Amino acid sequence: MQRKIAVTFLIIVCYLLQTTLFQALSFANISPNLLIIVASCFGFMRGKKEGMYIGFFCGLIIDIFFGKLFGFYALIYMYIGYLNGFFHKLFFPEDIKLPILLITISDLVYNMMIFITMFLLRNRLDLPYYFIHVMLPEAIYTVLVTILIYRFISKLNQKLEEIEKRSASKFV
Amino acid sequence: MKKRKKLSLPSKYILAILTFLCIALIVITYATAYTGNSLKTVTGYVIIPIQNGINEVGLWFSEKTDDLKSLKEVMKENEELQAQVDQLTIENSSLQQDKYELERLRELYRLDKEYKDYQTVGARIIGKEPGNWFHMFLIDKGSKDGIEVDMNVMAGSGLVGLVVDVSENSATVRSIIDDTSNVSSTVLSTSDNCIVKGNLKLMQDGVIQFTQLIDSDNNVKSGDKVITSSISDKFLPGILIGYISDINVNSNNLTKSGLITPVVDFEHLEEVLVILNKK
Repeated sequence: MQRKIAVTFLIIVCYLLQTTLFQALSFANISPNLLIIVASCFGFMRGKKEGMYIGFFCGLIIDIFFGKLFGFYALIYMYIGYLNGFFHKLFFPEDIKLPILLITISDLVYNMMIFITMFLLRNRLDLPYYFIHVMLPEAIYTVLVTILIYRFISKLNQKLEEIEKRSASKFV
Repeated sequence: MKKRKKLSLPSKYILAILTFLCIALIVITYATAYTGNSLKTVTGYVIIPIQNGINEVGLWFSEKTDDLKSLKEVMKENEELQAQVDQLTIENSSLQQDKYELERLRELYRLDKEYKDYQTVGARIIGKEPGNWFHMFLIDKGSKDGIEVDMNVMAGSGLVGLVVDVSENSATVRSIIDDTSNVSSTVLSTSDNCIVKGNLKLMQDGVIQFTQLIDSDNNVKSGDKVITSSISDKFLPGILIGYISDINVNSNNLTKSGLITPVVDFEHLEEVLVILNKK
Protein backbone atom coordinates (compact mmCIF):
# COMPACT_ATOMS: atom_id res chain seq x y z
CA MET A 1 0.00 0.00 0.00
CA GLN A 2 2.77 2.40 0.99
CA ARG A 3 4.54 1.47 -2.21
CA LYS A 4 1.49 2.27 -4.29
CA ILE A 5 1.08 5.68 -2.69
CA ALA A 6 4.77 6.49 -3.00
CA VAL A 7 4.96 5.44 -6.64
CA THR A 8 1.78 7.30 -7.58
CA PHE A 9 3.21 10.36 -5.95
CA LEU A 10 6.52 9.91 -7.78
CA ILE A 11 4.80 9.56 -11.16
CA ILE A 12 2.70 12.69 -10.61
CA VAL A 13 5.69 14.71 -9.44
CA CYS A 14 7.78 13.60 -12.42
CA TYR A 15 4.96 14.39 -14.84
CA LEU A 16 4.53 17.84 -13.30
CA LEU A 17 8.25 18.58 -13.39
CA GLN A 18 8.50 17.35 -16.95
CA THR A 19 5.68 19.54 -18.23
CA THR A 20 6.58 22.68 -16.29
CA LEU A 21 10.03 23.12 -14.78
CA PHE A 22 12.05 21.09 -17.27
CA GLN A 23 10.24 22.66 -20.23
CA ALA A 24 11.44 26.00 -18.91
CA LEU A 25 14.96 24.60 -18.46
CA SER A 26 15.13 23.12 -21.95
CA PHE A 27 18.32 23.49 -23.96
CA ALA A 28 17.79 24.16 -27.65
CA ASN A 29 14.13 23.15 -27.35
CA ILE A 30 15.05 19.77 -25.92
CA SER A 31 13.83 18.71 -22.51
CA PRO A 32 14.53 15.46 -20.65
CA ASN A 33 12.10 12.60 -20.25
CA LEU A 34 11.60 11.94 -16.54
CA LEU A 35 8.78 9.47 -16.92
CA ILE A 36 10.95 7.15 -18.96
CA ILE A 37 13.45 7.19 -16.08
CA VAL A 38 10.71 6.18 -13.65
CA ALA A 39 9.26 3.45 -15.87
CA SER A 40 12.66 2.05 -16.75
CA CYS A 41 14.06 2.24 -13.18
CA PHE A 42 11.16 0.36 -11.66
CA GLY A 43 11.39 -2.14 -14.50
CA PHE A 44 14.90 -3.25 -13.67
CA MET A 45 14.65 -2.59 -9.93
CA ARG A 46 11.42 -4.49 -9.34
CA GLY A 47 10.92 -6.81 -12.27
CA LYS A 48 8.70 -7.15 -15.28
CA LYS A 49 5.31 -6.95 -13.66
CA GLU A 50 5.83 -3.81 -11.66
CA GLY A 51 7.72 -2.14 -14.52
CA MET A 52 4.78 -2.90 -16.74
CA TYR A 53 2.20 -1.39 -14.36
CA ILE A 54 4.25 1.71 -13.63
CA GLY A 55 5.03 2.20 -17.31
CA PHE A 56 1.35 1.89 -18.10
CA PHE A 57 0.40 4.62 -15.65
CA CYS A 58 3.28 6.88 -16.73
CA GLY A 59 1.98 6.68 -20.28
CA LEU A 60 -1.63 7.05 -19.20
CA ILE A 61 -1.02 10.39 -17.50
CA ILE A 62 0.47 11.76 -20.74
CA ASP A 63 -2.44 10.31 -22.71
CA ILE A 64 -4.94 12.01 -20.43
CA PHE A 65 -3.52 15.47 -21.01
CA PHE A 66 -1.72 15.41 -24.34
CA GLY A 67 -2.71 12.20 -26.08
CA LYS A 68 -3.78 12.33 -29.69
CA LEU A 69 -4.81 8.71 -29.51
CA PHE A 70 -5.82 7.59 -26.04
CA GLY A 71 -3.72 4.61 -24.98
CA PHE A 72 -0.82 5.20 -27.35
CA TYR A 73 1.74 6.47 -24.85
CA ALA A 74 0.49 3.99 -22.24
CA LEU A 75 1.29 1.18 -24.67
CA ILE A 76 4.84 2.37 -25.38
CA TYR A 77 5.70 3.10 -21.75
CA MET A 78 4.22 -0.20 -20.63
CA TYR A 79 6.44 -2.18 -23.01
CA ILE A 80 9.48 -0.18 -21.95
CA GLY A 81 8.79 -0.97 -18.29
CA TYR A 82 8.18 -4.61 -19.11
CA LEU A 83 11.28 -5.06 -21.26
CA ASN A 84 13.47 -3.39 -18.64
CA GLY A 85 12.18 -6.02 -16.23
CA PHE A 86 14.24 -8.65 -18.07
CA PHE A 87 17.38 -7.03 -16.66
CA HIS A 88 16.18 -7.38 -13.07
CA LYS A 89 18.63 -10.25 -12.44
CA LEU A 90 21.62 -8.20 -13.57
CA PHE A 91 20.75 -5.27 -11.36
CA PHE A 92 22.63 -4.14 -8.24
CA PRO A 93 21.60 -0.89 -6.55
CA GLU A 94 25.21 0.33 -6.20
CA ASP A 95 26.03 -0.04 -9.87
CA ILE A 96 25.00 2.98 -11.92
CA LYS A 97 26.34 1.78 -15.28
CA LEU A 98 23.48 -0.59 -16.03
CA PRO A 99 20.74 1.94 -15.20
CA ILE A 100 22.39 4.56 -17.40
CA LEU A 101 22.77 2.13 -20.28
CA LEU A 102 19.21 0.87 -19.98
CA ILE A 103 17.67 4.32 -19.65
CA THR A 104 19.60 5.56 -22.69
CA ILE A 105 18.40 2.63 -24.76
CA SER A 106 14.85 3.00 -23.42
CA ASP A 107 14.73 6.66 -24.34
CA LEU A 108 16.08 6.01 -27.83
CA VAL A 109 13.62 3.16 -28.38
CA TYR A 110 10.76 5.33 -27.10
CA ASN A 111 11.62 8.18 -29.45
CA MET A 112 12.17 5.77 -32.31
CA MET A 113 8.67 4.40 -31.76
CA ILE A 114 7.20 7.90 -31.82
CA PHE A 115 9.19 8.71 -34.93
CA ILE A 116 7.98 5.61 -36.74
CA THR A 117 4.33 5.97 -35.79
CA MET A 118 3.86 9.73 -35.83
CA PHE A 119 6.42 10.94 -38.36
CA LEU A 120 7.48 8.18 -40.72
CA LEU A 121 3.87 7.35 -41.48
CA ARG A 122 3.29 10.99 -42.44
CA ASN A 123 6.10 10.85 -44.99
CA ARG A 124 8.73 12.57 -42.81
CA LEU A 125 11.59 10.31 -43.79
CA ASP A 126 14.72 12.13 -42.67
CA LEU A 127 15.72 9.80 -39.83
CA PRO A 128 19.35 11.06 -39.49
CA TYR A 129 18.17 14.62 -38.95
CA TYR A 130 15.61 13.66 -36.31
CA PHE A 131 18.09 11.31 -34.68
CA ILE A 132 20.73 14.01 -34.29
CA HIS A 133 18.42 16.89 -33.42
CA VAL A 134 15.77 15.25 -31.28
CA MET A 135 16.52 11.72 -30.14
CA LEU A 136 20.21 11.99 -29.26
CA PRO A 137 20.02 15.29 -27.35
CA GLU A 138 17.01 14.07 -25.42
CA ALA A 139 18.82 10.84 -24.52
CA ILE A 140 21.88 12.77 -23.35
CA TYR A 141 19.85 15.24 -21.32
CA THR A 142 17.82 12.39 -19.84
CA VAL A 143 21.01 10.58 -18.81
CA LEU A 144 22.31 13.72 -17.12
CA VAL A 145 19.08 13.99 -15.16
CA THR A 146 19.26 10.26 -14.40
CA ILE A 147 22.63 10.74 -12.72
CA LEU A 148 21.01 13.35 -10.50
CA ILE A 149 17.80 11.55 -9.57
CA TYR A 150 18.74 7.85 -9.86
CA ARG A 151 20.13 7.80 -6.32
CA PHE A 152 16.88 9.23 -5.03
CA ILE A 153 14.72 6.66 -6.80
CA SER A 154 17.02 3.84 -5.70
CA LYS A 155 16.91 5.07 -2.07
CA LEU A 156 13.13 5.32 -2.22
CA ASN A 157 12.91 1.76 -3.48
CA GLN A 158 15.25 0.47 -0.76
CA LYS A 159 13.23 2.27 1.92
CA LEU A 160 10.02 0.76 0.62
CA GLU A 161 11.57 -2.70 0.50
CA GLU A 162 12.70 -2.33 4.10
CA ILE A 163 9.22 -1.32 5.20
CA GLU A 164 7.72 -4.24 3.33
CA LYS A 165 10.17 -6.68 4.88
CA ARG A 166 9.40 -5.38 8.34
CA SER A 167 5.67 -5.65 7.94
CA ALA A 168 5.99 -9.09 6.32
CA SER A 169 8.05 -10.42 9.23
CA LYS A 170 5.50 -9.08 11.67
CA PHE A 171 2.78 -11.24 10.23
CA VAL A 172 4.89 -14.43 10.15
CA MET B 1 2.09 -13.29 0.72
CA LYS B 2 2.06 -16.80 -0.74
CA LYS B 3 -1.67 -16.83 -1.20
CA ARG B 4 -1.46 -13.65 -3.19
CA LYS B 5 1.10 -15.05 -5.56
CA LYS B 6 -1.09 -18.02 -6.38
CA LEU B 7 -3.97 -15.76 -7.27
CA SER B 8 -2.06 -13.39 -9.53
CA LEU B 9 -1.63 -14.05 -13.23
CA PRO B 10 1.81 -14.42 -14.84
CA SER B 11 3.01 -11.06 -16.10
CA LYS B 12 2.90 -12.28 -19.71
CA TYR B 13 -0.87 -12.55 -19.61
CA ILE B 14 -1.34 -9.21 -17.90
CA LEU B 15 0.89 -7.66 -20.55
CA ALA B 16 -1.24 -9.20 -23.28
CA ILE B 17 -4.45 -7.97 -21.62
CA LEU B 18 -3.14 -4.44 -21.17
CA THR B 19 -1.79 -4.38 -24.72
CA PHE B 20 -5.18 -5.39 -26.00
CA LEU B 21 -6.79 -2.71 -23.82
CA CYS B 22 -4.44 -0.01 -25.15
CA ILE B 23 -4.96 -1.00 -28.76
CA ALA B 24 -8.72 -1.09 -28.21
CA LEU B 25 -8.56 2.40 -26.71
CA ILE B 26 -6.46 3.67 -29.61
CA VAL B 27 -8.94 2.26 -32.12
CA ILE B 28 -11.91 3.66 -30.18
CA THR B 29 -10.41 7.13 -29.90
CA TYR B 30 -9.42 7.07 -33.55
CA ALA B 31 -12.91 6.10 -34.60
CA THR B 32 -14.97 8.24 -32.22
CA ALA B 33 -12.66 11.16 -31.37
CA TYR B 34 -13.16 10.48 -27.66
CA THR B 35 -10.16 11.82 -25.76
CA GLY B 36 -10.70 10.64 -22.22
CA ASN B 37 -12.42 13.77 -21.11
CA SER B 38 -14.01 12.39 -17.97
CA LEU B 39 -10.63 11.11 -16.77
CA LYS B 40 -9.13 14.44 -17.61
CA THR B 41 -11.65 16.32 -15.50
CA VAL B 42 -11.02 14.11 -12.49
CA THR B 43 -7.23 14.20 -12.70
CA GLY B 44 -7.37 17.84 -13.68
CA TYR B 45 -8.65 18.81 -10.27
CA VAL B 46 -5.54 17.37 -8.67
CA ILE B 47 -2.93 18.23 -11.22
CA ILE B 48 -3.85 21.59 -12.70
CA PRO B 49 -3.53 23.57 -9.42
CA ILE B 50 -0.11 22.00 -8.70
CA GLN B 51 0.95 22.67 -12.28
CA ASN B 52 -0.05 26.29 -11.80
CA GLY B 53 2.17 26.48 -8.74
CA ILE B 54 5.20 24.70 -10.18
CA ASN B 55 4.95 26.84 -13.26
CA GLU B 56 5.67 29.87 -11.14
CA VAL B 57 8.86 28.18 -9.93
CA GLY B 58 9.79 27.24 -13.47
CA LEU B 59 9.26 30.79 -14.61
CA TRP B 60 11.48 32.01 -11.80
CA PHE B 61 14.26 29.65 -12.92
CA SER B 62 14.00 30.63 -16.55
CA GLU B 63 14.02 34.28 -15.57
CA LYS B 64 17.23 33.75 -13.63
CA THR B 65 18.92 31.94 -16.50
CA ASP B 66 17.73 34.64 -18.83
CA ASP B 67 19.19 37.25 -16.50
CA LEU B 68 22.61 35.61 -16.67
CA LYS B 69 22.43 35.42 -20.41
CA SER B 70 21.30 38.97 -20.82
CA LEU B 71 24.13 40.31 -18.67
CA LYS B 72 26.64 38.95 -21.14
CA GLU B 73 24.71 39.91 -24.19
CA VAL B 74 23.66 43.33 -23.08
CA MET B 75 26.76 45.01 -24.44
CA LYS B 76 26.46 43.33 -27.77
CA GLU B 77 22.78 44.00 -27.93
CA ASN B 78 23.27 47.65 -27.20
CA GLU B 79 25.33 48.05 -30.34
CA GLU B 80 22.81 46.12 -32.38
CA LEU B 81 19.98 48.17 -30.98
CA GLN B 82 21.70 51.38 -31.92
CA ALA B 83 21.88 50.16 -35.49
CA GLN B 84 18.27 49.12 -35.23
CA VAL B 85 17.18 52.56 -34.11
CA ASP B 86 18.58 54.04 -37.30
CA GLN B 87 16.90 51.40 -39.34
CA LEU B 88 13.62 51.85 -37.51
CA THR B 89 13.49 55.55 -38.15
CA ILE B 90 13.66 54.79 -41.83
CA GLU B 91 11.13 52.03 -41.42
CA ASN B 92 8.84 54.24 -39.44
CA SER B 93 8.41 56.63 -42.28
CA SER B 94 7.66 53.84 -44.66
CA LEU B 95 5.20 52.42 -42.15
CA GLN B 96 3.33 55.69 -42.18
CA GLN B 97 2.78 55.07 -45.82
CA ASP B 98 1.81 51.51 -45.10
CA LYS B 99 -0.82 52.71 -42.71
CA TYR B 100 -2.83 54.30 -45.45
CA GLU B 101 -2.40 51.22 -47.53
CA LEU B 102 -3.56 49.07 -44.64
CA GLU B 103 -6.68 51.11 -44.15
CA ARG B 104 -7.55 50.67 -47.75
CA LEU B 105 -6.87 46.96 -47.63
CA ARG B 106 -8.90 46.53 -44.47
CA GLU B 107 -11.83 48.04 -46.15
CA LEU B 108 -11.22 45.71 -49.00
CA TYR B 109 -11.19 42.65 -46.82
CA ARG B 110 -13.70 43.94 -44.32
CA LEU B 111 -11.30 42.84 -41.65
CA ASP B 112 -11.94 45.97 -39.74
CA LYS B 113 -15.39 44.99 -38.65
CA GLU B 114 -14.69 41.35 -37.99
CA TYR B 115 -11.47 41.81 -36.07
CA LYS B 116 -13.10 44.14 -33.58
CA ASP B 117 -16.03 41.85 -32.94
CA TYR B 118 -13.91 38.96 -31.72
CA GLN B 119 -14.46 38.21 -28.05
CA THR B 120 -11.27 37.10 -26.39
CA VAL B 121 -10.27 35.68 -23.04
CA GLY B 122 -6.72 35.74 -21.67
CA ALA B 123 -5.07 32.55 -20.44
CA ARG B 124 -1.74 31.50 -18.96
CA ILE B 125 0.36 28.64 -20.24
CA ILE B 126 0.81 26.18 -17.39
CA GLY B 127 2.45 23.19 -19.04
CA LYS B 128 4.06 22.00 -22.25
CA GLU B 129 3.84 18.69 -24.00
CA PRO B 130 6.28 16.23 -22.40
CA GLY B 131 8.66 15.13 -25.12
CA ASN B 132 10.26 16.96 -27.96
CA TRP B 133 8.31 15.90 -31.02
CA PHE B 134 5.27 18.14 -30.90
CA HIS B 135 4.50 21.66 -29.82
CA MET B 136 1.36 21.59 -27.74
CA PHE B 137 0.68 23.31 -24.46
CA LEU B 138 -1.83 23.46 -21.64
CA ILE B 139 -3.62 26.67 -20.65
CA ASP B 140 -5.37 27.41 -17.38
CA LYS B 141 -8.79 28.17 -18.84
CA GLY B 142 -11.28 25.46 -19.75
CA SER B 143 -14.90 24.85 -20.53
CA LYS B 144 -15.81 26.72 -17.34
CA ASP B 145 -14.55 29.90 -19.00
CA GLY B 146 -16.39 29.16 -22.21
CA ILE B 147 -13.56 27.62 -24.17
CA GLU B 148 -14.45 25.03 -26.77
CA VAL B 149 -12.56 22.79 -29.17
CA ASP B 150 -11.50 24.49 -32.45
CA MET B 151 -11.28 27.96 -30.97
CA ASN B 152 -8.41 30.08 -32.27
CA VAL B 153 -5.59 31.16 -29.98
CA MET B 154 -3.63 34.37 -30.45
CA ALA B 155 -0.78 36.13 -28.70
CA GLY B 156 -0.29 39.82 -29.25
CA SER B 157 -1.39 40.31 -32.84
CA GLY B 158 -0.47 36.92 -34.26
CA LEU B 159 -1.97 33.47 -34.53
CA VAL B 160 -0.65 30.91 -32.04
CA GLY B 161 -2.78 27.88 -32.73
CA LEU B 162 -5.96 25.98 -32.17
CA VAL B 163 -7.66 24.50 -29.11
CA VAL B 164 -7.69 20.74 -29.70
CA ASP B 165 -8.96 19.49 -26.38
CA VAL B 166 -10.89 21.00 -23.48
CA SER B 167 -11.56 19.87 -19.94
CA GLU B 168 -13.32 21.77 -17.22
CA ASN B 169 -10.40 23.86 -16.00
CA SER B 170 -7.76 23.46 -18.69
CA ALA B 171 -7.41 23.21 -22.44
CA THR B 172 -4.79 21.82 -24.80
CA VAL B 173 -3.59 24.08 -27.61
CA ARG B 174 -1.74 22.89 -30.69
CA SER B 175 0.47 25.65 -32.02
CA ILE B 176 0.87 26.39 -35.72
CA ILE B 177 4.56 25.39 -35.59
CA ASP B 178 3.62 21.85 -34.51
CA ASP B 179 4.58 19.28 -37.11
CA THR B 180 0.98 18.15 -37.60
CA SER B 181 -0.47 21.64 -38.03
CA ASN B 182 -1.81 22.95 -41.34
CA VAL B 183 -3.37 26.38 -41.76
CA SER B 184 -5.08 27.61 -44.89
CA SER B 185 -3.85 31.15 -45.41
CA THR B 186 -3.69 34.10 -47.75
CA VAL B 187 -0.92 36.45 -48.81
CA LEU B 188 -2.37 39.85 -47.95
CA SER B 189 -0.91 41.86 -50.81
CA THR B 190 -2.03 39.60 -53.65
CA SER B 191 -4.71 37.49 -51.94
CA ASP B 192 -3.15 34.29 -53.22
CA ASN B 193 -3.93 31.27 -51.09
CA CYS B 194 -1.37 28.92 -49.62
CA ILE B 195 -1.02 26.33 -46.87
CA VAL B 196 1.08 27.11 -43.81
CA LYS B 197 2.59 23.96 -42.36
CA GLY B 198 4.42 23.42 -39.12
CA ASN B 199 7.68 21.56 -39.42
CA LEU B 200 9.80 20.11 -36.64
CA LYS B 201 12.97 20.67 -38.64
CA LEU B 202 12.29 24.38 -39.01
CA MET B 203 11.02 24.84 -35.47
CA GLN B 204 14.56 25.33 -34.16
CA ASP B 205 15.14 28.19 -36.59
CA GLY B 206 11.92 29.89 -35.51
CA VAL B 207 10.32 29.78 -38.95
CA ILE B 208 7.42 27.88 -40.49
CA GLN B 209 6.84 26.60 -43.97
CA PHE B 210 4.26 27.52 -46.58
CA THR B 211 3.42 25.48 -49.65
CA GLN B 212 1.06 25.37 -52.63
CA LEU B 213 1.18 29.07 -53.29
CA ILE B 214 -0.06 29.77 -56.80
CA ASP B 215 1.48 33.03 -57.90
CA SER B 216 1.75 33.01 -61.66
CA ASP B 217 2.33 36.77 -61.87
CA ASN B 218 5.33 36.66 -59.50
CA ASN B 219 3.84 39.39 -57.33
CA VAL B 220 4.51 37.80 -53.97
CA LYS B 221 7.81 38.90 -52.51
CA SER B 222 9.58 38.34 -49.22
CA GLY B 223 8.28 40.61 -46.47
CA ASP B 224 4.67 40.17 -47.50
CA LYS B 225 2.13 39.57 -44.77
CA VAL B 226 0.44 36.21 -44.50
CA ILE B 227 -2.98 36.02 -42.82
CA THR B 228 -5.45 33.21 -42.25
CA SER B 229 -7.69 32.78 -45.25
CA SER B 230 -11.43 33.02 -45.39
CA ILE B 231 -11.74 29.52 -46.84
CA SER B 232 -10.26 27.85 -43.76
CA ASP B 233 -12.86 25.81 -41.91
CA LYS B 234 -11.39 26.23 -38.42
CA PHE B 235 -9.39 29.44 -38.41
CA LEU B 236 -11.13 32.79 -38.42
CA PRO B 237 -10.21 34.95 -41.42
CA GLY B 238 -7.74 37.77 -41.25
CA ILE B 239 -5.53 36.79 -38.31
CA LEU B 240 -1.89 37.65 -38.95
CA ILE B 241 0.44 34.63 -39.10
CA GLY B 242 3.74 36.17 -40.12
CA TYR B 243 5.90 37.57 -42.87
CA ILE B 244 7.32 35.72 -45.84
CA SER B 245 11.08 35.42 -45.49
CA ASP B 246 11.95 33.16 -48.38
CA ILE B 247 10.21 32.01 -51.59
CA ASN B 248 11.16 29.21 -53.95
CA VAL B 249 9.49 27.95 -57.09
CA ASN B 250 8.58 24.28 -56.78
CA SER B 251 9.92 21.75 -59.25
CA ASN B 252 6.52 21.54 -60.94
CA ASN B 253 6.89 25.23 -61.94
CA LEU B 254 3.28 25.91 -60.96
CA THR B 255 3.34 26.44 -57.25
CA LYS B 256 5.71 28.13 -54.85
CA SER B 257 6.80 27.31 -51.36
CA GLY B 258 9.00 28.94 -48.79
CA LEU B 259 9.42 30.14 -45.25
CA ILE B 260 7.42 32.44 -43.00
CA THR B 261 8.72 34.21 -39.92
CA PRO B 262 5.84 34.11 -37.44
CA VAL B 263 4.97 37.27 -35.51
CA VAL B 264 4.57 35.27 -32.32
CA ASP B 265 7.66 34.37 -30.30
CA PHE B 266 6.88 30.72 -29.55
CA GLU B 267 10.01 30.28 -27.43
CA HIS B 268 8.93 32.75 -24.79
CA LEU B 269 5.18 32.37 -24.89
CA GLU B 270 3.60 32.83 -21.46
CA GLU B 271 0.17 34.33 -21.98
CA VAL B 272 -2.25 33.86 -24.84
CA LEU B 273 -5.65 35.13 -25.93
CA VAL B 274 -8.36 32.67 -26.87
CA ILE B 275 -10.92 33.96 -29.35
CA LEU B 276 -14.33 32.87 -28.17
CA ASN B 277 -15.90 33.26 -31.60
CA LYS B 278 -15.88 30.12 -33.66
CA LYS B 279 -16.01 29.81 -37.38
